[in-house]
Order: sequence, then structure tokens, then C-alpha cells
Amino acid sequence: MSFDGLWPYIYIAVAGWLATDLWRWAGVLAGNRIDERSELLNWVRAVATALVAAVIAKMIFFPTGTLEASPLWLRLGAVIFGALCFFFGGRFRQILGIAAAMGFLAAGLAILGAS
Amino acid sequence: MTAEPEPHSQIHWFLLGMRGLFSLPAIILMLSFVGFAAFTAEARIPVGQVMFMTGIVWALPAKVILVGSMLSGAHIAAAFIAVTLSSVRMMPMVAALVPEIRDRRTPTWLLLVISHFVAITAWVFAMERVRDVPRHGRVAFFAGFGITLTSINIALVGLVYGAVSEFPPIVSGCLFFLTPVYFLTSIWISARHRVIYFALGIGLALGWLFAVIAPQYDILLAGVIGGTLAWWGERVLRLREARR
Repeated sequence: MSFDGLWPYIYIAVAGWLATDLWRWAGVLAGNRIDERSELLNWVRAVATALVAAVIAKMIFFPTGTLEASPLWLRLGAVIFGALCFFFGGRFRQILGIAAAMGFLAAGLAILGAS
Repeated sequence: MTAEPEPHSQIHWFLLGMRGLFSLPAIILMLSFVGFAAFTAEARIPVGQVMFMTGIVWALPAKVILVGSMLSGAHIAAAFIAVTLSSVRMMPMVAALVPEIRDRRTPTWLLLVISHFVAITAWVFAMERVRDVPRHGRVAFFAGFGITLTSINIALVGLVYGAVSEFPPIVSGCLFFLTPVYFLTSIWISARHRVIYFALGIGLALGWLFAVIAPQYDILLAGVIGGTLAWWGERVLRLREARR
């Protein structure tokens, strides 16, 4: 699509803002009346999570920009190394896991000469 | 901050919420937004549109899907469906947060307004810390955190967007990679149900599979099919456990 003029802003407002805030408003209105254990909510949760997971997978397997040229094994290696540090990281597992994945990727890129 | 027995003012709690900007989740989120700026700069989306969507959409996964749709030239209705499916998760998140932060006098319009600032990071932060805040200050506390975090990130995206193309490839590569890695850890940590782990694993696998065999509809297909499989599998397991 073209990124000129008003159209992209309308596109973002409708497909981005409205599509997202509708659910936030629905969440407010549902308030504490929603049944946390209903089977429907379970399915909705699962679909929402799988959707985000698919986005994550796409960014790892088919990245855009600089990483497009990097080998897949390096990106997968970074995620696996990060996951290992995450699961054995104890209290600081989030920062450790992220730092480990970044370190692995940066080292790999440096060795492969992405400079 | 006076010694009088009066409860702290709304401004006090708002400011205390703003201080959450210096917490680990907020800092990771800001780095992810630097990564998002790199992603959009490389995709050649104009900076004004990137700042606009940062403020108006706010949730990072929804924006990543939105940008993906813009780049592939998807019809606005198809983009709406893909984004809205990814944002369904907002509803249970907000519905869980609202009873925590409202008191009897909180007007619904105010909750509708501040619900806009709910996204994974703000939600995790609020659910963790809001219990230490007296009930009458919770809406102000959350508003202080959410509004500040959103505003700072709009400015941040605008500031670093131009610098991103100057970054050495290693830095821009790592920043791009920060978003998926941060999401993986965040989803794992904030998961309160087993079905989330199932959906995460199946969604990752099907996300790859459908990107190869059906790239136009990959995220939608992986979400609906993967999520249904995860829900069904977890349910079968749960029923079997209950029977034992």
C-alpha cells in the first residue's frame, strides 16, 4: 500500500485502534461479571496466545531487515540458549534469558562478520 | 507527603505510578520499542504513522500484525480481523484488572478511558503492584503508570526512528530480535493457565508451518487452528485427570 496522504492514518485507526480498543472496552464492561473458568474464555485465551506465538515464530524464522541475511541456526541457537538461561535463571530469569539470547546473537553476528 | 492523617491525594498516587517507569518491565518494553522503531524504519513506514500507531494502538503484538498487514498490502478488513483476533486477549486482561483497581465511585467512562493503556507490560506491572496501593488511589496509580509509559514510548519511537538506520547491523539486528524474545519470556511468566503453554508451543510450530505453506493467512490460520488444538488438547487432558 501507499504510505502517502490520509489513508494510512485511517487504516491504522480502523484496523489498529478500533480493532484493539473494542476489546479493552468490552473488558471494562465485562468487569468482574466474566466467568474466569468458562470454557469459551479458555478457548479465546488459547487462540489469542497461539496468534501472538505465530507472530513470534514469523519474526524468528522470517525476519525483515538486517537479520534477513543471518543464518537460521544462529537465530534458533540464540532462542534455545536464551530459553536455557531463562529456565535456570531463578529470580532474574527474564533479564537473564533475554540477555543470553541477545549475547548469543550478537556474538554470532560478529563472528560471521556482519560488523 | 505531609504528616497529617488525610489520605494521600490522587496526585500522589499518580506520581507514584509514574515512578514505575524505572522498573525492569518498563525498561525492557522501552528497548522493545527501540526495536519496533528499527523494524518500522527498515520497513519504510513513515515516522509520523509509527508514532501515531504507538499512541493509538499501544499493544505491541497488535502493531506488529498491523505493520505486517500494511506491508503485504492487505485489505483493511483483513487487517482488522487479524489485529482484532490478536487483541481479544485484551478483554480478559482488562476484565481481570478492573475489579482490582475500581472503587464504588469510579465512573465507567474513566475506566473506559484508562483501559486504553492496558497492554502486556502495564497489565503485569499493575496486577503485581496495585495491591500495595489503597483502593482510592489505584485508578490514579495505574493511570500515572500507563499514560507515562505510553507517552514516553511515543516520544522514544520518534527520537530513535531516524537514528535506527545509523545503527551498526549487529545493534539493529539485536534490537529487532528483542521483541520476539521479550514476548516469549513475558507470555511464559504471565501465564496463569496450562493452556497458555500449550498454545504458545503449538502456535510457534504452526506459525512457521503456515508461513511456509499459506503466507497470506499464516497468522490467522495458526492462531485459530493452533489455539483450538491447544484448547482441545488441554481440555482432554483436564477431563482425563478429573476422572482419575
